[in-house]
Amino acid sequence: MTDRATEISAGGQATGTSRRLRTAIAALGMLPVLILLAAGFQFMNPRFLTETNLLIVTQQSSINIVLAAGMTFVILTGGIDLSVGAILAASAMVAVMVSLVPDWGLLGVPAAILVGLGFGLINGLLIAYIKLPPFIVTLGSLTAVRGVARLLGQDTTVFNSDLPFDFIGNGSLFGIPWLVIIALSVVVLSWLVLKRTVLGTWIYAVGGNAEAARLTGIKVPLVLLFVYGVSGMLAGLGGAMSAARLYAANGLQLGQSYELDAIAAVILGGTSFVGGVGSIWGTLIGGLIIAVLSNGLILAGVSDIWQYIIKGLVIIVAVALDRYRLQAGART
Amino acid sequence: MSAAAKVETARQPVLEMRHISKTFGAIRALQDVSLSVHAGELHALMGENGAGKSTLMKVLSGAYRPDAGGEILIDGMPAATGDPIKARASGVAVIYQELSLAPNLTVAQNIFLGNEPRRFGIVDRDQCTRRAREIIARLGVSFSARDMVSSLSLGERQLVEIARALSTNARIIVMDEPTTSLTSRETDRLFEVIATLKSQGIAIIYISHRMEEVYQLADRVSVLRDSGYVGTLERADLSASRLVSMMVGRDLSAFYKKDHRPPDAKRAVALSVRGMSDSRLLKNCSFDLHKGEVLALAGLVGSGRTELARLIFGADRRTAGTLELDGKPVTIGSPREALDAGIAYLTEDRKELGLFLDMSISDNISMGVLARDSRAGGLRDFAAAERRASKAVADLSIRTGSVQANAGSLSGGNQQKVLLARLLETEPRVVILDEPTRGVDVGAKSEIYRLIDNLAKQGIAILMISSELPEVIGVADRVLVMRDGTISGEVTASEGEPLSQEKIMELATGAAQQ
Repeated sequence: MTDRATEISAGGQATGTSRRLRTAIAALGMLPVLILLAAGFQFMNPRFLTETNLLIVTQQSSINIVLAAGMTFVILTGGIDLSVGAILAASAMVAVMVSLVPDWGLLGVPAAILVGLGFGLINGLLIAYIKLPPFIVTLGSLTAVRGVARLLGQDTTVFNSDLPFDFIGNGSLFGIPWLVIIALSVVVLSWLVLKRTVLGTWIYAVGGNAEAARLTGIKVPLVLLFVYGVSGMLAGLGGAMSAARLYAANGLQLGQSYELDAIAAVILGGTSFVGGVGSIWGTLIGGLIIAVLSNGLILAGVSDIWQYIIKGLVIIVAVALDRYRLQAGART
Repeated sequence: MSAAAKVETARQPVLEMRHISKTFGAIRALQDVSLSVHAGELHALMGENGAGKSTLMKVLSGAYRPDAGGEILIDGMPAATGDPIKARASGVAVIYQELSLAPNLTVAQNIFLGNEPRRFGIVDRDQCTRRAREIIARLGVSFSARDMVSSLSLGERQLVEIARALSTNARIIVMDEPTTSLTSRETDRLFEVIATLKSQGIAIIYISHRMEEVYQLADRVSVLRDSGYVGTLERADLSASRLVSMMVGRDLSAFYKKDHRPPDAKRAVALSVRGMSDSRLLKNCSFDLHKGEVLALAGLVGSGRTELARLIFGADRRTAGTLELDGKPVTIGSPREALDAGIAYLTEDRKELGLFLDMSISDNISMGVLARDSRAGGLRDFAAAERRASKAVADLSIRTGSVQANAGSLSGGNQQKVLLARLLETEPRVVILDEPTRGVDVGAKSEIYRLIDNLAKQGIAILMISSELPEVIGVADRVLVMRDGTISGEVTASEGEPLSQEKIMELATGAAQQ
């Protein structure tokens, strides 16, 4: 409260530079953590840093990274999307069900993406035009879409052992799993949109100061519609990836609490929870930290129960870091 | 009051800051500045934005730790530095430009926020109210301890801040531009309170850009320039020319310079506003704005000037009213539509409503024209943004190391220039400026006046909201005065007669009707 007056002296420029440095450190600052974690797990179990295991880690993190990429868009505007896990489940159901249609099975993938996009746009419409709080809208759709996912399969698991697009989940290209290729492509595309397009700058502007953005002539509702659309669409893609991996989908269990992993990845990556500051590369690192943590804990023989506790603590530490960083940012 | 202060001056100063320097990395923000303040004295601190006033006050309040060699003495005893809590405990309180009150709480709750009187570990509301009443009585103000802060005017809120400082037994109160957003009546009120505080032996460090205030209030004036201490003047030695030359080291005789030709009645109407009303305050506001004219919108704070500007700009919803641009009716339902039609608006609240503090100067300047600059596929044209920014930095002499620096790192005057640059990039035909020089130093002020004059010369129609009457009279060709949500009258300059300050005040306060 005391430091809000910023008539800035010559010292202002120094703090400006150091603030940017701090932002960079906040994004990359998690990279040493990732490396340390990996080194630690390697020390506990030499099987950790093997090609096979690293492929498993990246494969396991790929779906979360895709969801977290969408979540980055949303959180950059200062919003939140709690519905991605449920949307993933519904989209996976649709992917498997469409895959069962003779000759048209490959359409399961675009169908899943479109279903995700549809749910995302509904979220976006309610938030952008009816002006409801994002937390409440997506909390509602978390429950409602979960219901839709169960309804789609009459609350059973749908299977397709002859899935036409199973290469996505289990195949590789030049030795790199398709899941990893998709996740990396999503990250690169997201970077392109966020940092290289006009729309990307608008997203940062809306997150940084929504009212100023409106007065500057930015169509804030369209930007919001876009980010929730992207988040839903990527959750749909995640649904297709998940279905392709499992040859099956279950409306009740699939994607439970995935939204939390996605949020944790974004926050670990240094994106500010109030919006306006952050990067997609940070999210990639955040997603990898979560995957390394899960995999390493398993290899280290830590029980399932403790894995939950440790992962939960990581989320709290992440938010604590966010707070610390914001305070540091305000101390100019 | 100055006589009383003279007596006090003989005693030991209540505050002494000695040889204070502060560096941030390679940059010197303060260089060997010393300042001493006596009990019951009002010590004005002047200097352009960026001169180091705020940095010095942040050292005093403990937000910054001075470099080695600097020391702060309170009552002759060395005080801890770099510790806001200890600084407050030793009697230093700072009242900032941006108020830091919780509007949804009462006056009493705000006064004791974070410092609530307790009984058995529970906030003692009775004591809270009682002590708040005592402090309010000491200030002699009109609101009550139980009023919600949201129902108070900006001026009253400032008094609440002062009350809060008194609640912690502050003996040294720093006021940073306290009158910027006050009406003249509120300003008088504040000055009475200041006199009361002085008579109670409280030392006041008063930062201001306004010469008249300093004349009226100060017992001594210290001037900073370029991070260094220039000198201190006793009240008897004060003169405007000495102060100005100390502050800027250059002549400001052409402070208000009108080069553009005031439009005559035959000049084409650029913007015609008819019957503007909203659901809360504005009732049936109509006026014409001519090409190349600087039309000032004067009135007290709360008279509806900003509301009218926002209505014209499409930022708020109107219940009635029509607009004509260059004689053609236009419908404007959003800022986007206003900008597309050629109307631009500079907000009065640059931090909350204007700037993207975490984004670069370059992005801030280009924000309104990103789509126009974009290449195929909506890709950003960073070279174009860089060009616009470099040109704006040169044209408006924005002082910054790099256009990639964050807007938040700039001083108030330079931030305002960034917003003006953004507005000009949209190539407007009608420009609405809401308090364009609020919180801006003298140098930047005169640059902004010159810019307004230039725009008018180019035939751009300018509507300027201002609470500073000298500014209104110095810059505008014609003045509209608002009162209680309506336009209560118009003041024009007649042959040889300049705009009349008295007439404007009469219309603004309603005195003209009696």
